[in-house]
Amino acid sequence: MSLFDKFKPLIDIRAELDRAGVMPFGAVTEKILSPTEAIVNGHKVILAGTNNYLGLTFEPECIEAAQKALAEQGTGTTGSRMANGTFAGHVALEQELAAFFARQHCIVFSTGYAATMGMGSTLAGPGDVIVLDADSHASIYDGVRLGGADVVRFKHNDVADLEKRLRRLGERTANTLIIVEGIYSMLGDQAPLADIAEVKNKYGGLLMVDEAHSLGMLGSHGRGVAEAARVEAAVDFTVGTFSKSLGAIGGYCVSDHPELEAIRFAIRSYIFTASPSPSIIASTRVALRLMQERPELRERLWANAQRLYDGLKGLGFQVSPQVSPVVAVTIKDRDQAIAWWSRLLHNGAYVNLVMPPASPTTDSLLRCSVSAAHSDAQIDRIISAFAQLNPSTAQEANN
Amino acid sequence: MPDYNDFLERIFVILKPFAKKGVILNENSELVTELGLTSLQVMELIEQIEDHFDMSIPLNILPDIRTVHDLATQLEKLSG
Repeated sequence: MSLFDKFKPLIDIRAELDRAGVMPFGAVTEKILSPTEAIVNGHKVILAGTNNYLGLTFEPECIEAAQKALAEQGTGTTGSRMANGTFAGHVALEQELAAFFARQHCIVFSTGYAATMGMGSTLAGPGDVIVLDADSHASIYDGVRLGGADVVRFKHNDVADLEKRLRRLGERTANTLIIVEGIYSMLGDQAPLADIAEVKNKYGGLLMVDEAHSLGMLGSHGRGVAEAARVEAAVDFTVGTFSKSLGAIGGYCVSDHPELEAIRFAIRSYIFTASPSPSIIASTRVALRLMQERPELRERLWANAQRLYDGLKGLGFQVSPQVSPVVAVTIKDRDQAIAWWSRLLHNGAYVNLVMPPASPTTDSLLRCSVSAAHSDAQIDRIISAFAQLNPSTAQEANN
Repeated sequence: MPDYNDFLERIFVILKPFAKKGVILNENSELVTELGLTSLQVMELIEQIEDHFDMSIPLNILPDIRTVHDLATQLEKLSG
């Protein structure tokens, strides 16, 4: 017996991939050429697995703001938000995010993981209840486990199952936190938030929605799935990240509950970590403004999503249930998925390989995400890279 | 209010189709190492128990459960 015994399955998979000469996890981007192109593991590829939804990572105004902050404020804050790590920029970004979401309060975190994990672990503690969607992100699961509340799962996007679970809780719904996501990261499907809000309003409890993958994509202002479903009033806490649509790193929580201002000093992932660097805050603030000023980015993103979705579906691949900036191809056979991931890289497309337990089922995924910065020609090249995999084999692999 | 034996009886009924062929179920059967349940199958087992008894089973009890006996004991505690 040793501490390492439990890692044996992981060690075996790694050795297997090594023997096959494929390393899909932690592929090295040797040179980044643009928001949509790079040299990865020696291959020049179209980036189709980055979450750079609005393509703002090379936006000159964002870079300029970050460079100015770097020169004027230094490389890092070297401290917690609760001690020396709250600069004027952090406070300004919190105000700007609150204004964007039309909420009273906002907390800025160092990462999206810290935001989701921190809120999940702090809002509900021992004696309280968390009811979460079964396909919730790892940061949500980690948070609720840390918090010590009773955790109950409901079937993914199944409102009847959620209702059944809330009904069983009886009076305990008064101290229950329901957690769902806006767009789910692996398959790109959306939560039925209008129905979830209705059930929440009927049984009570508070609702937290993780809009990490939907910020800047849906709703008339781009606030996400809750805005598109017109149920923002039923959402108590919205959490999200700067590392996708806003092209940086960091996280946030917005709410109208005035208690949030005190709760921030109870969130360990807010207190016991250094605050985001000034350059990160500076580029995020500009990206947040550009996202609002340029609704055409959102239109471009959805047009690209539709083009890729239709293209891959047309080739016979099993794609996600609904069109979304995340287009995931399901592959039953794990070895086939690994082989195809490698061939896609050779064919000029970088996508994400997702294997269980990171995928929601026992299937593997070749997960693509599109960007507003992709041109039609680039989307077609991604489709062409998939076409070279031989779609008739795709259907066989799923039979 | 269901007791230990009610839970035990129901667990055996639900587990039967899940368990590996040739394994005889008893209170000391280990769910994962002996019966070969995957984590998804453990979740399915929990859901079926929840539906049958119309009760809420938090995930928090799972780390303390290795055997059928452990599960029935935890369920009796929850319903008590």
